[in-house]
Amino acid sequence: MIPTQQYGEFETAWCPGCGNFSINKAVKKALSMLDLAPHRVLICSGIGQAAKSPHYLRCNCFNGLHGRSLPPAQGAALANTELTVFAESGDGCSYGEGGNHFLAAMRRNVTMTYLVHDNQIYGLTKGQASPTTAQGQTTKFQPGGVASMPFNPVAVAVTMDVPFVARAYAAEADHLADLIVQAARHPGFALVDILQPCVSFNKVNTYAWYKQRCYKLGPEYDPTDWASAMRKAQEFGDQIPIGVIYKGSRPPFEGRIDARVRRPLATSKPDLGKLAEILETYA
Amino acid sequence: MPDSSVNIVIGGEAGQGLVTVGDFLAKALVRAGYEIVVTQDYQSRIRGGHNTYAIRASHEAVFGPRETIDLLVALNAQTVSLHKDKLTARAMVLADEAIDLAGLSGLSIPFKTLCPKPIFENMAALGVLAQLLCIEPAWLEGLITETFHKKGDQVVAENLKVFADSLAWAHARNAGFSCIAPAERTEKRYFMNGNEAIALGALAAGANFCSYYPMTPSTSVAATLIDKGGQMGMLVEQAEDEIAAINMALGASYAGARVVVPTSGGGFALMVEGVSLAGMTETPVVIVLAQRPGPATGLPTRTEQGDLSMVLYAGHGDFPRAVYAPGTPEQCFDVTYRAMDQAEKWQSPVFVLTDQYLADSFRAVTPFDLSRLPRVSSPELGTDAPDRYERYADTPSGVSPRLIPGFGEHLVVLDSDEHTADGHITEDLGVRIRMVDKRMRKAAGLLADCLAPEVTGSAAPDTLLVCWGSTYGPALEAARNLREQGVDAAVMHFLQVYPLSPEHFLPTLEAARRVVMVEGNYSGQLALLIKQETGFAFKEVITRYDGLPLTAAYILERL
Ligand SMILES: Cc1ncc(C[n+]2csc(CCOP(=O)(O)OP(=O)(O)O)c2C)c(N)n1
Ligand code: SF4
Repeated sequence: MIPTQQYGEFETAWCPGCGNFSINKAVKKALSMLDLAPHRVLICSGIGQAAKSPHYLRCNCFNGLHGRSLPPAQGAALANTELTVFAESGDGCSYGEGGNHFLAAMRRNVTMTYLVHDNQIYGLTKGQASPTTAQGQTTKFQPGGVASMPFNPVAVAVTMDVPFVARAYAAEADHLADLIVQAARHPGFALVDILQPCVSFNKVNTYAWYKQRCYKLGPEYDPTDWASAMRKAQEFGDQIPIGVIYKGSRPPFEGRIDARVRRPLATSKPDLGKLAEILETYA
Repeated sequence: MPDSSVNIVIGGEAGQGLVTVGDFLAKALVRAGYEIVVTQDYQSRIRGGHNTYAIRASHEAVFGPRETIDLLVALNAQTVSLHKDKLTARAMVLADEAIDLAGLSGLSIPFKTLCPKPIFENMAALGVLAQLLCIEPAWLEGLITETFHKKGDQVVAENLKVFADSLAWAHARNAGFSCIAPAERTEKRYFMNGNEAIALGALAAGANFCSYYPMTPSTSVAATLIDKGGQMGMLVEQAEDEIAAINMALGASYAGARVVVPTSGGGFALMVEGVSLAGMTETPVVIVLAQRPGPATGLPTRTEQGDLSMVLYAGHGDFPRAVYAPGTPEQCFDVTYRAMDQAEKWQSPVFVLTDQYLADSFRAVTPFDLSRLPRVSSPELGTDAPDRYERYADTPSGVSPRLIPGFGEHLVVLDSDEHTADGHITEDLGVRIRMVDKRMRKAAGLLADCLAPEVTGSAAPDTLLVCWGSTYGPALEAARNLREQGVDAAVMHFLQVYPLSPEHFLPTLEAARRVVMVEGNYSGQLALLIKQETGFAFKEVITRYDGLPLTAAYILERL
């Protein structure tokens, strides 16, 4: 096991008390449990407070554009088999601006882990509603309450038969670390939606609010049963289940890559002999 | 007496098989040693409408399309009415018996008698064309055999029979079209269009990852990469949209792939944020932009050179880039190869601008000499040497050492925010200035590497036609016609349009008595760029923006 200190200690730009701190701690712990040296890990992120996460631990980092953590993550995972790839970002970035990429990534099913810090609010831009904010919840920018119904990423992922779907709670760092380990080991696309208190802007979904509601799924729960997973995915109110909601067995994208593709792509050089043969077909 | 050149136009509805006839004939002409320029005009629909496939062929060099028609193959009556005004004095119309030739000179072909089934009409048309043009039937027979070989001997035999019967029919009719002069070339050439040459140039340079979202007229670049690149171990993925396509390519490039992203103007509009991400993160990417008329969805299947201005300024903030604009399939291959190298070398986005005309224009192409290709720049995989690695280390050239993550202990950290030398987010404004300066220093390298425009003709001509990209051929032909009329005309062709090194071309622009810019867009986008970069103002600009390619006749009428 790699000591968690290997992943470094950094000064952050997060508010004191933010749920992001324990998520950061859990990610380090998970990497250590996975025995992944920093240079074998790639974390891609988008833009937002959560998206700064890969800067706060030692690893390879592709901190790209708002809403775009998934396309580079999949590109890198397809190109470079030497890396264990994560994408990590906020709910606005992941389910709002990046919504179409989320849908496509679920369909594509490239092996990688998607960690979404779901604080049900936009943090970095100071408190607008996000796609997961509850209907009717007021913000400074939605003083009349959010009109749209919230997006349910976990239910959508279960619908799409995503191979690994989990819901976690930031303050339960050890539980979260364990879920990240399972997600990273599972072949195919894995989603871990992490409920994260935002102490500055979300006055509804607070630590106390979550503490009262979150409960861990026990051993009696069978995550391979799609129908019960669908029921658990919908459970979000007085009771919020955390743990592995669904485990499927859809084969990952890599299995469908043409055997002629030599990966890692960085080591593949053009075969000019083959190209000469191809050019002959134009004669 | 045989004619030196012929312009054959095959017209009909989409789905009637005119492309099959055209491809067969054009390819046979190339094999037989002729020079060709193919122009395809089609509508944004899969069936119906009216399309044409034009082949201009000659035993000597041809540079561009021609508007007048010598042989019109009319697959429906509309073709006759649409094109009758463009027929030359010696022209003939070939059509089914049922089509009224409206008194035009031509041949009414009894397709029903010649063909056992309507599906063979293509072969019958080819038989008649082969006889009229006096091409050795063996060239077409060989192609027919090769093409249908997979479908079995019987299919080959049936097709060959219809071809032979139709040839004999035309022979017996002694229709009397003046043949084209026999070709003299015997060396092998490729039958290839611009987009194919672009894809092959990228493959030669080691491109091994392509993410794309389909959009005419760039789709055939992706199609070629899937078909040929697949055999070379290239990974091609159809992304969910253009935003994903470029971001996915940047992720792959960061992780060590050599990437190419084909798109068209409307798709490129969506990629712009990714272009500036490439600029900020200094990630190599080659974007092939096949232009079509805009704005917005424009004329989806027609041609234009209207996206230069967008490509020059795409992306917010300042960062260096290079833009190439090939004019022939040979240039498409060479310049794409070079673009791949420049993107790696300067860790910058590089563009290859093509357009629908060039994309769909088949030519007789001199085989590429793969043995003479220079080595393409590539990143270091990993290093154990320096104990500290900084992805954005400040260097005199502005180019920082690029390692591939996962191949060594060093961490490769990249950020779309302004960042420190080791890649981390910073709001230190001093670092900001140093980073902008470092990135912009690469512009000097890109400038030093830039290609000078090619000048064909004298250095101080009476008339200098200036052009870029696919307007090359039509401009060359216009200049040749001018010289035949006694005007000392020359052509300056920019196959790289950015960055520009004024000493490469300003003396020639100033030495010419009359300078005319010729561009396929409304505003004269290269003329504007040259004015901005050098102060040289073009007094005359010939533009075309009706969706059709420039031709020598179009240029000469406006001179
Ligand atoms: C293209 C683009 N649009 C908008 C923004 C501004 N922006 C930055 S972060 C953000 C929202 C982030 O919210 P979320 O993903 O929930 O992350 P959090 O800050 O809550 O962790 C927005 C809209 C941007 N940087 N880029
Ligand atoms: S604004 Fe909210 S999410 Fe962002 S750091 Fe502060 S508490 Fe955390």
